[in-house]
Amino acid sequence: MPMESTLKTTGSDALKYMGAQPLRYAKQFRSFARKRRFAAFWLVVVGILVFISIAAPIVAPDDPNVPDFKKVTQGPDSSNFFGTDFLGRDVLSRVIYGGRSSLVIAVTSIILGIGLGSLWGMVSGYMGGKTDLISQRLLEILMAIPGLILAMMLAFILGASTTTLIMAIAFTRIAFGARVIRSVTLSVRETAYVEAARSIGAPTWRVMVFHVAPQTFAPFLVLFTTNVGIAILIESALGFIGLGIAPPTATWGNMLGEAASHLEPFWWLVFFPGLLITVTVLSINLAADGLQDALDPRGRGRI
Amino acid sequence: MLKYIAKRLLIAVPTVFGVTVLIFLIMRALPGDPLSVFLDPSQITIMTDSERANMMADLGLDRPMVVQYGDWAGHALQGDLGTSFFRGDPITETLKRRGGISGEIGILSIIIAWVLGLPVGIISAMRPNSLADAFASMFSVLFLAIPGFWLGLLIVLALIHGPGYHPPIISSQIWQDPWQNFQIVIGPAMVLGLGQAAFVARMARSSLFEVFREDYVRTARAKGMRESVVLLRHALPNALLPVITLSGVLLGFALGGSVTIEKAFGTPGLGDALIGGAIDRDFTMVQSIVLVYSMVFVGINLLVDLSYSYIDPRIRLG
Repeated sequence: MPMESTLKTTGSDALKYMGAQPLRYAKQFRSFARKRRFAAFWLVVVGILVFISIAAPIVAPDDPNVPDFKKVTQGPDSSNFFGTDFLGRDVLSRVIYGGRSSLVIAVTSIILGIGLGSLWGMVSGYMGGKTDLISQRLLEILMAIPGLILAMMLAFILGASTTTLIMAIAFTRIAFGARVIRSVTLSVRETAYVEAARSIGAPTWRVMVFHVAPQTFAPFLVLFTTNVGIAILIESALGFIGLGIAPPTATWGNMLGEAASHLEPFWWLVFFPGLLITVTVLSINLAADGLQDALDPRGRGRI
Repeated sequence: MLKYIAKRLLIAVPTVFGVTVLIFLIMRALPGDPLSVFLDPSQITIMTDSERANMMADLGLDRPMVVQYGDWAGHALQGDLGTSFFRGDPITETLKRRGGISGEIGILSIIIAWVLGLPVGIISAMRPNSLADAFASMFSVLFLAIPGFWLGLLIVLALIHGPGYHPPIISSQIWQDPWQNFQIVIGPAMVLGLGQAAFVARMARSSLFEVFREDYVRTARAKGMRESVVLLRHALPNALLPVITLSGVLLGFALGGSVTIEKAFGTPGLGDALIGGAIDRDFTMVQSIVLVYSMVFVGINLLVDLSYSYIDPRIRLG
């Protein structure tokens, strides 16, 4: 019987199943691409950008931090496609390495911030009562300071390093994660299967971990994808005003900040890092929209 | 209505209190040597213990945390934010001078957002899937991704290389030299306003769509009313509610975004002072400006709530 064969998984079956995993993803992507061509295209763009960031040492034509004083601030030409900066460093290589640091900071801070926020929201939503009331007031306070201003203040106090920057950006995202996951938890809490679990005497933590948490995964994924773009923008803003990672490390924000410190900036120093920010955030947002539609079968339109 | 306003104001009090505590805690209570914010690490290591104690006493940092908070919050309540650590002049004066310019930018950006966004939203809703609709939706998606300060930098660059124009560097208030003031303010306001306009248009479109499906709109059309009257007298007032809420939220985002945009244009506003304060490690200045931004943000949200209840009486009665 088919039921039994799925229940009794032997070692070889498990191996087969693991081997089938990548194939399943490929199949899922193909169906995603068929139904949502537009989103799939932007998902591929995201993939390319991520690949370039990971393979930066191989892809980048030059070392991003080695100055060459023989060619300082030269416009784009055949040897330096994106030109060179004030120290003669290759802008293309710096943009590639900059993407690496920007993406790492953005993704880590969002996993941290949205993760903590989700946990907060789930506990507060599930517990309800006084816990929820107090946590709601706290969230209101957190959200009463504009995100970018809060990140600036934290980066100013904590100092400039990758870790502190990640913490600063993560902190601004906690409230957003908590708010969304709390509302999801509130509706999941009322479902029959949660009530069933509770009524057979499952401890609170068990209900939360095994019954409520899985339901919050799809909204978490949506939160993650929508916030990564915001995190990239916050990181670039912090770098731009000189509160990002200390030089010479290239991030997109740092590069724009350096370029803007001159009264008449050179166009290629301004144009390319900003273009990369725009394309990255745009592709992440559009891929996320498709993902959101795919995960929400009710297919409610976005604004 | 008055009772409702009083109730809303009362609810805002704990939030304001919480915000001041949060700012204070972040600025003072984070781990690490408080002096390291003011001084180079090298300067701290060569300090003797008595020099250190003197400096802590000078800055009032040796007092208990609660006393420090009470002192700061009490003075802030009276409009006295202390003196700038770096320059030594009263911060409230600086904030008044620079806040005016930033305030103008904020107000102008909202006007631009509504003047551009609302008509586009209405056209999109009346003719869905038309060219104008597609154009508007493309722009809103694009403006979510473009960093405002980058757009600002590009505009500045284009102005320099095109007509060879640079906005005036000298700060002037609107009552002193309106033309010069306008030239300072218009660039940042335009960039901020365009970003908000995209969202206002999207929101107006989707909320008009919903209202168009209502029975009373069908009735209005059925009795032969002109489409313009149906739109302006019947559909639009109800459709504007979510747009107003969104506009308040957007202005909050714009507050943060204006900091970097002011730097891109070299505008002598509040954001520029915040960046300058951060570079000079001017502790009191940063703290005060963050406080001002947060209070403005809380105030905007309050105004949105109140305007909401003014337009829709169900909210204050329910």
